[in-house]
Amino acid sequence: MNKIKLLYRLGVILTAALAAALVGAMVLTAIGASPIATYTTIFTGPFADKYGITEVLVRAIPLILVGLGIAISFRSGILNIGAEGQILMGILASTAMALAFPGAPKVILLPLMFMAGALGGAFWGGIAGFLRAKLGVNEILSTVMLNYIAAQFYTYLLRGPMIDSNELLTGSGTPQSMRLPKAAWLDRIVPETRLHAGLILALVLAFCVYSLLWRTTWGYRLRAAGAEAKAARYAGVHVERSLITAMLLAGGFAGLAGAVEVSGVHHRAIEGISSGYGFSGIVVALFGGLHPAGIVPAAVFFGVLLVGADMTQRSAGVPANMILVLQGVVILAIVSAKMYINNAYALERFARFFRRSGTAKIPRSVKTGGQP
Amino acid sequence: MNSGGMIYNILSLGVPFSVALLVAALGENFNQRAGIFNLGCEGIMSMGAFLGFLPAFFIKTGPLAAHVNLLGFVFAMAAGALLGLLFALVTVTFRASQGIAGIGLQMFGWGIAGTLSRHFVGGVTGVEGVPAWAIPGLAKIPFLGGVLFNHNPVVYIAFLMVPTSWYLLFRTPWGLKVRAVGTYPRAADTMGINVNRVRYQALMLGGAMAGFAGAYLSLCQAKMFADDIVAGRGFIAVALVYFGRWNPVGILGGALLFSLAQTLQLSIQVGGIKFPYEFAVMLPYVLVIVVLAFTRKARMRGPTELGKPYNREMRV
Repeated sequence: MNKIKLLYRLGVILTAALAAALVGAMVLTAIGASPIATYTTIFTGPFADKYGITEVLVRAIPLILVGLGIAISFRSGILNIGAEGQILMGILASTAMALAFPGAPKVILLPLMFMAGALGGAFWGGIAGFLRAKLGVNEILSTVMLNYIAAQFYTYLLRGPMIDSNELLTGSGTPQSMRLPKAAWLDRIVPETRLHAGLILALVLAFCVYSLLWRTTWGYRLRAAGAEAKAARYAGVHVERSLITAMLLAGGFAGLAGAVEVSGVHHRAIEGISSGYGFSGIVVALFGGLHPAGIVPAAVFFGVLLVGADMTQRSAGVPANMILVLQGVVILAIVSAKMYINNAYALERFARFFRRSGTAKIPRSVKTGGQP
Repeated sequence: MNSGGMIYNILSLGVPFSVALLVAALGENFNQRAGIFNLGCEGIMSMGAFLGFLPAFFIKTGPLAAHVNLLGFVFAMAAGALLGLLFALVTVTFRASQGIAGIGLQMFGWGIAGTLSRHFVGGVTGVEGVPAWAIPGLAKIPFLGGVLFNHNPVVYIAFLMVPTSWYLLFRTPWGLKVRAVGTYPRAADTMGINVNRVRYQALMLGGAMAGFAGAYLSLCQAKMFADDIVAGRGFIAVALVYFGRWNPVGILGGALLFSLAQTLQLSIQVGGIKFPYEFAVMLPYVLVIVVLAFTRKARMRGPTELGKPYNREMRV
């Protein structure tokens, strides 16, 4: 019976993946690109050299961090779509911190920066958490709106108060902050590439999130509130408080991702740092099954996808928006498949089909699908 | 400029500005009344804006050239209905989580519109768009004539959609079915209403209207296409449905309020009052959050089963 169940689940996942790839291929064909060549470039291109491989990991770092935050919020029953805005707030706060203490030694400045980034993101996420818990504002809508607001605030600061004074002197006026002091730079762990120590931080935090959510009472309460709010409330869990906590944590992780990105890769706040990590993070979290052990490989997978998509843009002229199409289809495929995987009735129909065609012997207990 | 002239300008600009929000929100209202929370509205609007623009961009001569705008609206609505169908497949048949699926649809629609436009159009190009058509006689009324009756014809069609959707929802058997499946699907099912079919129909209608709203943006309002043309209007439209308490008349009020706030901000800018541009752009988004915070009590009047998939096989 378990064999059938496994086969069924595998079938659902494969069908979803195939459907996603097929829709992507249709769009690629519409713009005159060869789907097979494009998919080949996306999935093999990044592995061609050392630079490609490390670049995949560079992309995976913010994706892991954002994905962890999203997983905390989704598990706690609040759908955080606002990671994009929270990343921007994290970038602003950490940049401001590093520029405020240019003379501080690295051991002090880096933690300060990361703390500021996490607080900036937590503040932005906390707004949505508070609005949901206290005023019943739909968090999806409020976080989307907060994304737009953060984006405007970000450009305002980079064009005005935080702009690099050199940009004003030369008159080019590129919206970017001053370069951070060297003490605010994360070390590169592979020479001559952009891979930085943020990877270690991300992996450590992935383990921390696992321990917090699955190995403590506090984490159990968060997950209980998310799984069934009414039952959790009846059992004495303060659901409203756990919603706010979850959003603070989710925002904190996104803000930290922004801080790490500034400190490890760009060394200053510029426009387009986030480049959609906030939305990709949602896909990563869902793809990773909202569990740290799944999120880390999922982040690497989407790192490959992002780097590969960049390569196809350069080599085959496939527009960068194509990555949005793929991510959107993947989300739709995942949420559809998720419902089917645990659908006892569909499993039964599947099993019955096998019984009729006689390719497998199924005990009668499959009739209930193995579900209570 | 005297204050009378300024008010006239704000009102006569605000009315056509409200159309995209209005039509998208009226469409979303059908979705939500049927119990489906469609956040993909934004993506459908992007797609509608692109497909609406496409015929006007490509067909410059020939027998079809006179009807490019009509063709654009037809394409946009067809694509919207198709995306609505896709969303119905995912959320009604597969019973997926609607909030996340909506974000997926938004990324999907936005991504396709952007990808195709980069490939087929390239940079930002303008089109002639739909010209204004003053209603003879009515447009001559002082003040009101210019505010209400001197726009492109699509504006009038959009405003006629308000009583039409009200009638459809509250005075036809189909509207009753839509409200029933959004409020108590099990009872509706028992009475022989095919819950899934009604939800499919509502989603396709809502999708077509979102596509229409998108085409309005590219053909009547901006008269060009850029991949960020919708700029959150789809999400604002979803919020407007809450604000309008799931009633077309309330939605009309909300759409007008929003567009007037926006044109007010524009005229403040033109008036020369120093105010960072970015903060002015933020205004409607802040307004949405404030509005949502004050309309929480309204939930009681809305479709109670909003956002919950219906599973007729499940025991209760």
